[in-house]
Amino acid sequence: MGEDTRKMAFICSKGTLDMAYPALVMGWAALGNGVDVTIFFTFWGLDIIRKSRQDHLEIAPVGNTSMKMSMMGVHADNVGIPSLVGVLPGMTALATKLMKDKMRALGVPPVSEYLQMLVDGGAKLYACKLSVDMMGLKKEDLVDGVIDIVTASDFIDMTEGAQIIFI
Amino acid sequence: MIRSIAGQAVHVNEEGFLTALDEWNKDIAAEIAKEEGIAELTPAHWKVIEWCRAHAVNGRSPTLRQITEGTGISTKEMFALFPKGPAKKVARIAGLGKPEGCV
Repeated sequence: MGEDTRKMAFICSKGTLDMAYPALVMGWAALGNGVDVTIFFTFWGLDIIRKSRQDHLEIAPVGNTSMKMSMMGVHADNVGIPSLVGVLPGMTALATKLMKDKMRALGVPPVSEYLQMLVDGGAKLYACKLSVDMMGLKKEDLVDGVIDIVTASDFIDMTEGAQIIFI
Repeated sequence: MIRSIAGQAVHVNEEGFLTALDEWNKDIAAEIAKEEGIAELTPAHWKVIEWCRAHAVNGRSPTLRQITEGTGISTKEMFALFPKGPAKKVARIAGLGKPEGCV
C-alpha cells in the first residue's frame, strides 16, 4: 500500500448482532474502495472473532427501544414489544432468528463468513490484550484471521493517519 | 461526457465508467486496465470481465460477492487480480456501471 492510500480503522466494542454487522458492512465497503482496513476487537466485540461465539451473536428485544412489532412482521411502526413480553424465555432467540432471516434474504452472509471475506480482502484484525486477559481467552480461541493480540497503545501506533470508527 | 480510449470516442460518466454497453471492446478494456494499474489482462482477468458483462443488470456490474459466488473465483484471488477495490475495477474495465449493493 502506498503512502497516499486512505486508511480506516474500526474499533468493535459490542458483541450483539446489530453491532457486529456495521463494522463488517463498512469494512467490506472500504476494502471495495481500495481503502486499507484495520479492525480492533475489544470488550464484547471480541465475540465477533471468538470461534465459539461468532455465529451465535444475538439481539435482545428488552431495552431496545428501536425494536418494534414490525420486526415480527406486524406493520405498525410505533407499536413496541412490551418489556414484559420481551423477558419471556425464547424472545431473544426469536428476535435473533428474525433478524438473521432478514439478513439472509438480502444475501448478507453469516458473521463468520463475512469476516473471512474481509480477511481475504486484506483487512487486518487485532484483539485487545486487556479484554482477552479479562475474559481468560487464548489466541487459539480466536479465528485464524486475527493477526495478533495487542495493547491499546499498539493499536494507536499502527493506525497513525487512519480514520477511526468506534462501534 | 466523451473521451477517447484506445483511439475510440466513448461516453463516460464523471467517475470514468463507460455509459454505453455497445461502445466497449477489448482494446478499450486493456487501455482502462492500464489506467487502473493492471499492465496486462490475463485469461483469469478475462474470465471475470466476461462473466460480469454477461451478468450485468441494467448496465451495472455485479458486486464482488456475486462475482465470487458466480465464478467460483475466491475473494483472495479477486483482490490479487484487481488490487484495491476489485468489483469497481472490473466494472470500469468491463465497460459497465459501478456495482450497487453492500455485499
